[in-house]
Amino acid sequence: MNAQTKIKAPAKRKLVVIGNGMAGCRAVEEILERDADAFDITIFGAEPRVNYNRIMLSPVLAGEKSFDEIVLNSAAWYEENGISLVSGDPIDHIDRKAKTVVSRSGRVEPYDKLLIATGSDPFIIPIPGNDLAGVVTFRDLDDVDTMLAAAERGGDAVVIGGGLLGLEAAHGLSLRGMKVTVVHLMPTLMERQLDEAAGYLLRQELESRGQTILTSANTKIIHGVEGKVVGIELEDGTKVKADIVVMAAGIKPSTGLAKAADLECERGVVVDDHMVTSDPDILAVGECVQHRGLCYGLVAPLWDMCRSLADHLTDAPSGYEGSVTSTKLKVSGIDLFSAGDFSGGDECEDIVMRDASRGVYKRVVVKDDKIIGAVLYGDTADGNWYFDLLKKEEDISDIREGLIFGQAFASGGSLADPNSAVAALSDDAEICGCNGVSKGKVVSCIDAGAHSVDAVRSTCKASASCGSCTNLVESLLAITLGDDAVESGPKTMCKCTSFTHDDVRRLILEKELKLIPQVMQELHWTTPDGCSSCRPALNYYLLCAWPGEYEDDEKSRFVNERLHANIQKDGTYSVVPRMWGGLTSPKELRAIADVVEKYDAPMVKVTGGQRLDIFGIKKEDLPSVWADLNAAGMVSGHAYGKALRTVKTCVGSEWCRFGTQDSTGLGVKIEKMTWGSYMPHKFKIAVSGCPRNCAEATIKDFGVVCVDSGYELHVGGNGGIHVRATDLLCKVETEEEAMEYCAAFIQLYREDAHYLERTAPWLERKGLDWIKAQMFDDPERIGRLAARFRYSQSFWQVDPWAGRAAGAHKNLHSHLAEVRPLSMENA
Amino acid sequence: MMPQTNVGKWLDIGPTTQIEPGTARTLPVEGADEIAVFHTMRGEFYALVNKCPHKQGPLSQGIIHGDSVSCPLHNWRISLKSGEALGDDKGCTPTIPLKVDGGRIFLLREAVIPLPIPSKPAQAA
Ligand code: SRM
Ligand SMILES: Cc1cc2nc3c(=O)[nH]c(=O)nc-3n(C[C@H](O)[C@H](O)[C@H](O)COP(=O)(O)OP(=O)(O)OC[C@H]3O[C@@H](n4cnc5c(N)ncnc54)[C@H](O)[C@@H]3O)c2cc1C
Ligand code: SF4
Ligand code: FES
Repeated sequence: MNAQTKIKAPAKRKLVVIGNGMAGCRAVEEILERDADAFDITIFGAEPRVNYNRIMLSPVLAGEKSFDEIVLNSAAWYEENGISLVSGDPIDHIDRKAKTVVSRSGRVEPYDKLLIATGSDPFIIPIPGNDLAGVVTFRDLDDVDTMLAAAERGGDAVVIGGGLLGLEAAHGLSLRGMKVTVVHLMPTLMERQLDEAAGYLLRQELESRGQTILTSANTKIIHGVEGKVVGIELEDGTKVKADIVVMAAGIKPSTGLAKAADLECERGVVVDDHMVTSDPDILAVGECVQHRGLCYGLVAPLWDMCRSLADHLTDAPSGYEGSVTSTKLKVSGIDLFSAGDFSGGDECEDIVMRDASRGVYKRVVVKDDKIIGAVLYGDTADGNWYFDLLKKEEDISDIREGLIFGQAFASGGSLADPNSAVAALSDDAEICGCNGVSKGKVVSCIDAGAHSVDAVRSTCKASASCGSCTNLVESLLAITLGDDAVESGPKTMCKCTSFTHDDVRRLILEKELKLIPQVMQELHWTTPDGCSSCRPALNYYLLCAWPGEYEDDEKSRFVNERLHANIQKDGTYSVVPRMWGGLTSPKELRAIADVVEKYDAPMVKVTGGQRLDIFGIKKEDLPSVWADLNAAGMVSGHAYGKALRTVKTCVGSEWCRFGTQDSTGLGVKIEKMTWGSYMPHKFKIAVSGCPRNCAEATIKDFGVVCVDSGYELHVGGNGGIHVRATDLLCKVETEEEAMEYCAAFIQLYREDAHYLERTAPWLERKGLDWIKAQMFDDPERIGRLAARFRYSQSFWQVDPWAGRAAGAHKNLHSHLAEVRPLSMENA
Repeated sequence: MMPQTNVGKWLDIGPTTQIEPGTARTLPVEGADEIAVFHTMRGEFYALVNKCPHKQGPLSQGIIHGDSVSCPLHNWRISLKSGEALGDDKGCTPTIPLKVDGGRIFLLREAVIPLPIPSKPAQAA
């Protein structure tokens, strides 16, 4: 090596660097900059090439850059700086006593100072088939070459891991003509960098580009034929064809050499603020280190580490204090930025802006008047500005109002107040893009008496569609009328949105919104993931609007509906099996008695709803209790649900001397038709065999009172907090009609009422005349409503207990683990 | 010989994938309070004693939103970060220090088992 000839002064200490990557070379550059003569330097690199910009491997894979364009230090650089580069010859061993390193080819190199910069190794998930030909990682140029060779033959690619690396690999392979499926363990793509809202937008974009995205997907096996990969299989049995499988499931710091040399290692090689390991003559830098408990997987922290390392080695110690990182995804056409801590919390305030028409989502997290995190999707122009404010911990209270609109807006002096910004707009400036309403038109509307957002919406339509201009309309109201004169309209759904329940229900249908995060994006939710009042409501509205299509979101349900049992004050549950129309049999009674004894239930009681309630069941025992009840033919009674509860009956014409019709039989038929249906609130039905009304039908949501000539149908009763007797809806002659009208009334309620509004307050709000008009004005309406109800029931009449008894959602019923003090012994 | 100073300081309770985002799971502790481990929709993990400061409702069964959980019994909102009741309600649930490392969840052992009865002399930390 020609570098050796330059050695002259014995004072020159010997520095050996293991790892010819981004951190190793940058460290050398920093040292040379401070003192070019301090060290005699040798760099060992496992890769057979000079140092290149690893992060640009993604554009190389995508065909946007060539290798030559991403080289950082050419052969000339090593030569000019007198550095010996030993490439393609990894170090196998560090001998701390002798102060030498030994390379694979047997070369022994002495050092005064040793720098470990070995980076990370791709994490290979431990599943069968992970060693088949065609399973590749994405870390160095050789990996890219392997992928390019595979892409040349076309076919299917599976990328395991929907993080930064995986998505960049998927993008490249997709541009190279492969059919790509991304398999991600978590429900949200890039969940470390993105919140659910941004993850949803990203997924939508990638799917529109033809990639298949499978989330919450756990790969079980990689299948191969004759040693070559042919596909993967997921835990749930799904199979995906693959000619190549890219493992991008994460990285782990490469600590093998350091560990073998007994240097202190945890997840990474432990270093102090000067990048010194537990051996004062050995330093480490880059992705292989752990500093103050943290390991990094991005380049920005490496630059800071290298600076303090060089300061230390040239006797001007400064000290590295850790880094805040930001992330961008390098996929052309997708603008995505995230930085800092965006997990939110009590002391934090979320400022959220969504612009559905441009596909923009921005969220800035503020704490104590400082930005602590940001997620931007669709418009990242201000990412660096936010990141800068974040790193410098600037006080943002002065620009708080306009912060989310970006730097240009917020630093525009007086314009920082959104009202003055709106006031400055010309009269013909467009306020509402959806309905083409100008500022002049909105103002004249307000002058004409529309003194609330809702009044503006109903007169000139501004903000009535997507709602993204609601803020502007609010500003115009405030400017025109003065802050105090603005009337607040009907109550919004909750503090997360400016829309009312009615608006949300209407827009879900109009815009065909089918997922909770989609509703939140399109309707400009001001919180990232809603709250405990809007999430259950949205879940219901969606399942009502899209039967058979919408996938129920269990985590948005109150515990009772999630566990299909009623939680009690001591945290145990009560179990109420259905007893159709209040009828039971020896077999059912025996099954209940057995359950009470077998699970030591402390109490069993007859409910006010004509059935039995078993108390004191632990969540772990619920599935087996249900299995036992199922075995006797009993299904869930939904005593816990915003759903059909019971159909109470009386004995009726079969036994009773006054009975006019078979009220028991009709009650059973109605319950068989309506059970399992989710509703805005709980729904109770009763059928009485004569006007003596022993089943209390006139305080039920839907009540039937049998008379000689047929059936009186009553609606809107409530026996609860405010007792309300029913209103008579109509009288019909046959059982069939009674059932058809019942189905139609329920569907009308399901489609119109607000979540958590029972039929009594709903009916009072809408008026009996409105209900009658909806049902009777158009003779075909009843049939259509009933048909929609039956269609929805075709998906919902599945006993939720049966699935659980068979092992579904095991996690909800089992503990994570159990801790016994015994485990202290292992410590 | 191992230079690690904190062997056994953290209790490994298994991989992060066991708890779906937006849900919580429980960890009974013999002789002490049950612990609830939460995974928020934003990907953070927290551990709290599984008892609401109001009337001991099992917080693990509440709806999780942002960094708080709404108690399933009377809907108090509890901060997952501090254990404090939010809004007008007053009270606090003890939190358990938690860390995620290498895809696994660790709880601070001394917080899980408050009064260890050392069977051997305590190791110097
Ligand atoms: C078990 C039962 C009492 C009993 O032992 O008889 C019962 C128990 C509860 N009722 Fe009830 N209600 C029961 C029949 C009733 C009845 C009578 C009826 O259905 O004929 C009424 C009045 C009729 C009505 O609803 O109009 C009734 C009106 C209420 C109300 C007030 C509703 C209202 O609109 O004002 C609540 C509170 C609520 O829902 O918000 C309520 C809430 C509850 C809750 C769910 C309280 C709670 O949120 O935890 C209780 C659950 C206990 C449990 O875990 O099982 N319960 N509850 C009855 C179960 C019937 C069944 O078989 O499913
Ligand atoms: C495809 C891709 C895209 C990325 N995109 C981004 C991005 O957009 N933004 C960002 O900030 N970061 C990105 N990263 C991460 C970034 O590349 C790393 O953070 C950075 O390269 C780490 O530098 P390092 O020197 O610690 O490790 P490396 O750059 O990996 O260098 C370590 C070197 O040491 C060598 N080595 C290992 N063991 C030995 C041994 N025993 N003997 C000799 N040599 C050895 C390795 O072969 C390797 O060349 C990306 C990474 C990849 C793979
Ligand atoms: S009336 Fe209903 S809610 Fe009240 S204590 Fe009795 S069961 Fe519970
Ligand atoms: S016990 Fe939690 S709110 Fe009452």
